[in-house]
Amino acid sequence: MSHPEHKDNVGAKLGMWLFLFTELLLFGGLFILYSVYLARYPHEFAAAGRELDVTYGAANTVVLLTSSLFAAMAVTSVKRGEARATMALLSGTLACAGVFLVIKYVEWSAKINHGIYPGSAKLIAGAPGESVFFGLYYITTGLHGIHVVIGAAVLAWIGAKVKSGAVHAGDNITLENGTLYWHLVDLVWIFIFPLYYLIL
Amino acid sequence: MSSAEKGAPVTDGFWQDTGRTGIKSWILSTDHKRIGLLYLYSVLGFFLVGVILGLLLRLELMAPGRTLVDAQTYNALFTVHGVVMIFLFIIPGIPASFGNLVMPIQIGARDVSFPRLNLLSWWLYAIGALIVLSALFTGGGAPDTGWTFYVPFSARTGTNVSLAVFGVFILGFSSILTGINFVTTIHRLRAEGMGWGRLPLFVWSLYATAWVQILATPIIAITLVMVIAERTLGIGLFDPGRGGDPIMFQHLFWIYSHPAVYIMILPAMGVISEIIPVFSRKPIFGYKMIAVSSVAIAAAGSLVWGHHMYTSGMSDTAVMVFSFLTFIVAIPSAIKVFNWVSTLYKGSISLEAPMLFALTFILLFSIGGLSGLILGAAATDIHVHDTHFVVGHFHYVMFGGTGFAFFAAAHYWLPKFYGRRYREKPALIGWALMFVGFNIVYFTMQVLGMQGMPRRYYDYLPEFAQLNLVSTVGSWILAAGLIIMVVNLWRGLLRGEPFLGNPWGGATLEWSIPTPPPTENFEEEPVVTHAPYDFKGAGIP
Repeated sequence: MSHPEHKDNVGAKLGMWLFLFTELLLFGGLFILYSVYLARYPHEFAAAGRELDVTYGAANTVVLLTSSLFAAMAVTSVKRGEARATMALLSGTLACAGVFLVIKYVEWSAKINHGIYPGSAKLIAGAPGESVFFGLYYITTGLHGIHVVIGAAVLAWIGAKVKSGAVHAGDNITLENGTLYWHLVDLVWIFIFPLYYLIL
Repeated sequence: MSSAEKGAPVTDGFWQDTGRTGIKSWILSTDHKRIGLLYLYSVLGFFLVGVILGLLLRLELMAPGRTLVDAQTYNALFTVHGVVMIFLFIIPGIPASFGNLVMPIQIGARDVSFPRLNLLSWWLYAIGALIVLSALFTGGGAPDTGWTFYVPFSARTGTNVSLAVFGVFILGFSSILTGINFVTTIHRLRAEGMGWGRLPLFVWSLYATAWVQILATPIIAITLVMVIAERTLGIGLFDPGRGGDPIMFQHLFWIYSHPAVYIMILPAMGVISEIIPVFSRKPIFGYKMIAVSSVAIAAAGSLVWGHHMYTSGMSDTAVMVFSFLTFIVAIPSAIKVFNWVSTLYKGSISLEAPMLFALTFILLFSIGGLSGLILGAAATDIHVHDTHFVVGHFHYVMFGGTGFAFFAAAHYWLPKFYGRRYREKPALIGWALMFVGFNIVYFTMQVLGMQGMPRRYYDYLPEFAQLNLVSTVGSWILAAGLIIMVVNLWRGLLRGEPFLGNPWGGATLEWSIPTPPPTENFEEEPVVTHAPYDFKGAGIP
């Protein structure tokens, strides 16, 4: 069954934006819970928030913003027909994704070593508001971490397409959509960081 | 009729043109018509599974005490009946099957915007369905929470809730992708001359539905993720012992699941808007209002989820706001009903099978819709909340509404795709039995609910025995009609009389192309010159 390929870049982008809305709403469910529980337990949230290490959070914010910069530059360079530069920039994004995950791993490990994880004796003994805070913290950053992995996998796959010549100056909507997804991953973090690390 | 014409299924058009053979030409095809039929067979299969479960439920409730199964099995039966009917039949039902079959043709396109994504949607549906079904036989046994998966019970029960919930999560993915595909298709692939004011109303309803699928489904996805996290990690977000709040689960669940009933009913309303003008030989009355009311239902319907929770412990202010908004949604629904009835007025009505089912929709949906207002009003809802009245109401709108619209669509459109038609007389007999049986089953339930019989109870007081018996007998009449209808459709579509040209006299684009449609739908890109219900403009007498 062969349908004639009619490329509709505007349509492809529209579809991608719609998909990004669904991702925002997915995290939106968690942000709703955050706002409701923050209103209910402002003091516990403040106390728990202070236990998070702003240094890790800030470092990861810088890392992700840099990765997004590389991704945006990759789009420009593929449009100029520079395949090697595109691949190098995408590798930069992937490297940043790796660094992000390593920092996240270190941060989570430290928390878990301190006895702060869902269902831990320390949280069960502590104030209910703190338990909810860390429950939300783990599920939100965990879900975000999964999105980092998915986004990195997508960009790696697109990088391979750049290498094979399937994505090039004349046909780069796949790369553009892939980087849109990466920016979403970045954007979600831009909301997570202040909500959990800064404002409490 | 010669045997050559009558013996074998039609093999022209899209039935023939394929590079693949056998099952691969179906499960790997990106043709929207083949995917539509894949969905049709799948949802119909699960519908029949759900029907059997429903009949077993009615059988158990035929008399007080144990009739057929034990209490735990009964809990599993109503849970699985709900999960199968909601997530496997009625949500993908009309949009994914008839939407896929008809919508691209109605807008003059060769296919949807993302054909491969469309196939992926079906695969995700199939995988999700398999996961849901495997939850019945593995782990701690079939889920017993009811299809709503309410915490705290769903977080604690030993049955296999996690796997079932994960299956529903995958199904949600499938639904989202179909929604994205349809919105993009309707924006990008309309043929020349197919302005927004000329879109068939079925397409308008699918457009509104697709937006709800896109905007609401992610919320249930994250909610289900949290239920799984609750069960596996003990994350405590809905656990009052750890500072969580079970009411938040109900909010998040209904933020999706109420709009989801519009995913179920809007495409059905679209089907009715197609059939009524064709069989009344009159342009639809109030095209614009019907189109806009679809969007209005989708928008307002997203703000009324709290009416499921009047007795859950929300603030009284919230109850009143949600009650008010619920009444607002009734307006666009009523607009549609009045416009359909106005279309019928002074029309030249022909009562063939699709029209009978469509008219039944109007009646049953109106009964269901009005009983919905009794539930939407907080004061009366307190009395009938969680009774059989709710069960009756829900089945009136979902089965009497969407179910009958699904049957209407099957009788209206399937001959177009199979090139053969069913026999009219058995279709009428099937319809009559279903209509009578349906009302006996569900109207009785509404009366039982008013008398105070709770829903989801295994046993009941002796004073409810008589009406329960009546309801169960009704379910047999309903099932008999259903069997006649399905067998008649099945035999007719495979071996019936040829169905050629435009016998219904429809003016939308699908009736302008050969039967069955060719693989590419249109030999050359169509230019649309008339409105979808402008029968004179289309040259139909």
